Amino acid sequence: MISLSHYLVFGAILFFIGVAGVLTRRNAIIILMSIELMMNAVNITLISFGHYLHNVTGQIFAIFVVAVAAGEAAVGLAIIIELFRGRQTLNVDEINIMKW
Amino acid sequence: MLNLVWLIPGFPVLAVLINALFGKRYLKTNTHYFAVGSIGLSFLVSCYIFYQVAFNHVIAELVLYEWIMAGDLSINFGFLIDPLSAIMLMVVTGVGFLIHVYSVGYMHGDTGYHRYFTYLNLFMVSMLILVLGNNYLLLFVGWEGVGLCSYLLIGYFFHKKSATDAGIKAFLVNRIGDAGVLLAMFLMIVYFKTLNFTYIFNHTSLITPETATAITLLLLLGVCGKSAQVPLFIWLPDAMEGPTPVSALIHAATMVTAGVYMIARSNALYLMSPTSMTIVATVGAVTALFAATIGLAQNDIKRVLAYSTVSQLGYMVMACGVGAFVAGIFHLMTHAFFKALLFMGSGSVIHALSGEQDMRKMGALRPHMPRTFWTFLAATLAISGIPMFSGFFSKDEILWKAFSSEHGHWAFWLVGAVAAGMTAFYMFRLVFMTFFGKSRVDREVAKHLHESPSMMTVPLIILGILSIIGGYVGIPAALGGSNWIHHFLAPVMAGGGGGHAEIVQGVAIASEAVTTHGAAAATGGAHHDVMEYVLMAVSVGIVLFGIFLAHLFYIKNPSIPEKLAKRFSGLHKLIYNKYYIDEIYDFLIVKRAKQLATLCWKAFDVPVIDGIVNGVARLTVLESKFSGVFDLSTVDGAVNGIGTIVKSGAKSFKRFQTGFVQNYAFVMLLGVFVMVTLYLFF
Repeated sequence: MISLSHYLVFGAILFFIGVAGVLTRRNAIIILMSIELMMNAVNITLISFGHYLHNVTGQIFAIFVVAVAAGEAAVGLAIIIELFRGRQTLNVDEINIMKW
Repeated sequence: MLNLVWLIPGFPVLAVLINALFGKRYLKTNTHYFAVGSIGLSFLVSCYIFYQVAFNHVIAELVLYEWIMAGDLSINFGFLIDPLSAIMLMVVTGVGFLIHVYSVGYMHGDTGYHRYFTYLNLFMVSMLILVLGNNYLLLFVGWEGVGLCSYLLIGYFFHKKSATDAGIKAFLVNRIGDAGVLLAMFLMIVYFKTLNFTYIFNHTSLITPETATAITLLLLLGVCGKSAQVPLFIWLPDAMEGPTPVSALIHAATMVTAGVYMIARSNALYLMSPTSMTIVATVGAVTALFAATIGLAQNDIKRVLAYSTVSQLGYMVMACGVGAFVAGIFHLMTHAFFKALLFMGSGSVIHALSGEQDMRKMGALRPHMPRTFWTFLAATLAISGIPMFSGFFSKDEILWKAFSSEHGHWAFWLVGAVAAGMTAFYMFRLVFMTFFGKSRVDREVAKHLHESPSMMTVPLIILGILSIIGGYVGIPAALGGSNWIHHFLAPVMAGGGGGHAEIVQGVAIASEAVTTHGAAAATGGAHHDVMEYVLMAVSVGIVLFGIFLAHLFYIKNPSIPEKLAKRFSGLHKLIYNKYYIDEIYDFLIVKRAKQLATLCWKAFDVPVIDGIVNGVARLTVLESKFSGVFDLSTVDGAVNGIGTIVKSGAKSFKRFQTGFVQNYAFVMLLGVFVMVTLYLFF
């Protein structure tokens, strides 16, 4: 029997894989994908609780997150394309002009 | 219909506006259509007014609106229509119209064509307001207006220094007289509380004869300025720098007669003061003789005419001074005809000679310009006072009145008669030197000799006819005439102004030119005696002698003048140089004024005014230096100090901004950890 804990642990693992990806990878696209991973981890947690508590709100919220993630992906990719056109690289260590 | 009298100055006002606004750019050589047309229309309206006044005996005062209200004082903007203003209207618009037509031919091709006609029309407006005004202030408006326009027109050729100097001279000399008029008006305001002609002349009992003397003498000062009397006549000869039609209009027919008009208009006041009358007559007589002597030896054709004008104006003033106001106005009218004609004829001669004005370079022009010659001759006969020409009647009446009037004296008659002889001499000298004898014209100029275009000669012919017949309105009773002009002007000259209309706001009312009419006729008829014929014969004799001398000197034996000039070289030099009046004035007044100005400049302006200004400037500079130091050290220091503090504070904090996106993400994660930890364990 797969209990709630399994889903939550799975969600947590997935989230931290995402966090690790955001913090360690240098390619902007991979970072974006990692953020996507974190969002999906949250989705899993939301749906799990929704199922467990017999409350549909969690699922509705997950659908919102998917929609927002789609928008975020679209905007993020557009930014990345422009970034690449401007600097011929996606290495975030080289994209560091936003400082003093 | 009398309400339309405002149209008389109205038409030229419209033309001035049109020509001033659109003349330069759009109308250019077409400006004369409006200029001449407007004066023509004014002339037609004037004719109607004159008809009403002359044949329906209308005397009216038309108040357009209340102009000035100050306490007791109330001055209207209104027009007075009476025989005097009617006759002035006819002279001003009639002669003015002919001069405008003449100007079209004379000024043809001039670069300032539109400017010329704008000034000329503005002048007409001023002159018409002057003769139409129903109070002294309105008269003064016109008075100043013609002064301004004469300045503009005399200095018309502004690229010539002598012309602008002459304009300024005319303006300044007139200003002296204007001050007199102003003071006279102040006195009248004090005593009458109004400047209205009708009221003042009907209430002369409000002032004492002494006050009347003061007022009239101050007015006389203005007359001396405007009508070029001794001692303020010096501007008129110089004013010949203007275009010749301007000389004809301003210095013969209109502006210079304003003074005579004012004396005639104020006759009620002058008659109150025998002292003033004597002074007026003396000034006139002195001017008549003085200017005539100068005219004897001038060589510039226009200068001769200028001095002749001064002399004739002296005649008119003298006539007023001996109480013969009608004779003065009569002579003013005939003089307007023949002197305008003389000026325009001289303009025609100058035109033909390509601008030559020196009579020594003329001669034998008669066959070349017959129309100019014959009209010029008519005017010369008129001004000399040859019987049956207009000047004879007016001049003779003045001489007779100078002798016989209660204000007169035989000395005035003598001066007048001698001046008349001189007039005849210098006028015929002018005619002989210009049209007869041997030609002394430069060969180059002689090639272009031509009669002027008919645009110029037709006005000459009309004026020529007027110069001959113009006097027939005033044939004295002694010669079997009815002296119509005398009866015509009687209502105005009755002393108290008995026939004047009452003031009615806004509307014109007509009143019959009452009984004085018949009374004057009766006295006019009874007044001649043998003496009048004798004096007439003597003056004609003097005139004929003058003509004979001129003929002897300049036709028969041209060497005489030179011999005489050598023999009496001192006298000749004195006359030739106009008694050195200009030099004397220059020495006595202009130089002193300049010295005073220099003194003020050096002793007051430079040390005091400039000192104050410079001192203030220096103080300001010093103060601003202090301010500068304060600004630099304190204000700037504070501003920069704040900047420096912020900058040095930021030095350590800016290290946090690495620009690496993953650093930010890591900090966010740390933050989440901290918050979750806090939430879970505390």
